[in-house]
Amino acid sequence: MLWGVVQFPGSCDERDAVRACSLAGDARLIWHEDRDLGGVDAVVVPGGFSYGDYLRAGAIARFSPAMESVAEFAAAGGPVLGICNGFQVLCEAGLLPGALLRNEELRFVCRQVDLVAAEASSPFLAEIEAGETLSIPVKHGEGRYYAPPEILDRIGANGQVAFRYAPGQNPNGSVGDIAGVLNEGGNVLGLMPHPEHAVDPLTGSTDGLRLFAGVAEALV
Amino acid sequence: MKARVLIRPKEGILDPQGKAVERALPALGFDGIEHVRVGRMVELEAEDPELLSELCSKLLANPLIEDFEIESIDGT
Repeated sequence: MLWGVVQFPGSCDERDAVRACSLAGDARLIWHEDRDLGGVDAVVVPGGFSYGDYLRAGAIARFSPAMESVAEFAAAGGPVLGICNGFQVLCEAGLLPGALLRNEELRFVCRQVDLVAAEASSPFLAEIEAGETLSIPVKHGEGRYYAPPEILDRIGANGQVAFRYAPGQNPNGSVGDIAGVLNEGGNVLGLMPHPEHAVDPLTGSTDGLRLFAGVAEALV
Repeated sequence: MKARVLIRPKEGILDPQGKAVERALPALGFDGIEHVRVGRMVELEAEDPELLSELCSKLLANPLIEDFEIESIDGT
């Protein structure tokens, strides 16, 4: 399968994302001005500081030509993974419910956290059982997940919460310890932790690889 | 039209920036200051003021987490 990783001015994790994807298929970069996604089977919107995080993180990136095509790709059921800044972009674009706010303690956090997989249906979770714990790093200053109560109730009832921080490990004050959410179809996943940084034993964990492998498995 | 758009965190949403400012004030001798909220202000000139509201809710503010107010600053 072929992965496409969107590259904005200010992205910084696109190379790690390409490397992670290439462990579960082939991967190429998609420049933010390209409307043509080049026939990819899945898209990653990577971490970083797209357009300098001006105005609000992700607010400007959502209007890029590549993101218009990503929205169409997602609407057609294509798997889309937003990591960190990519999660912020997908929320701003309305492809995922909720928003990401400044960390509760105002500090940039960079550490390994445990994530607990929730009961949810998604190609990204094809290789992960509900209740399993994954060790994945976070590194962000604006990762406090927020959604108003009516949206929280809805995504809870629909099985759209994909990951929660393990008890006591919420690094940013996210409501309900939510670390990652899905769209209604389950084909779009956004999360603040970085699975693409957890694909090699050298950096302590390979749990992140399971998200990429899950999609490769689901698409076969 | 010259306009000023004020964007602030919605009521009830924790604003850690405001809290940090509030906590810093007593150390500087400013007592009795409460409920500090930090927002953003955008000034712009618009040929068609009718567009402003949509522009604000689509880009300048995220209506899920922020409220905005548009005011004319050139008397139009």
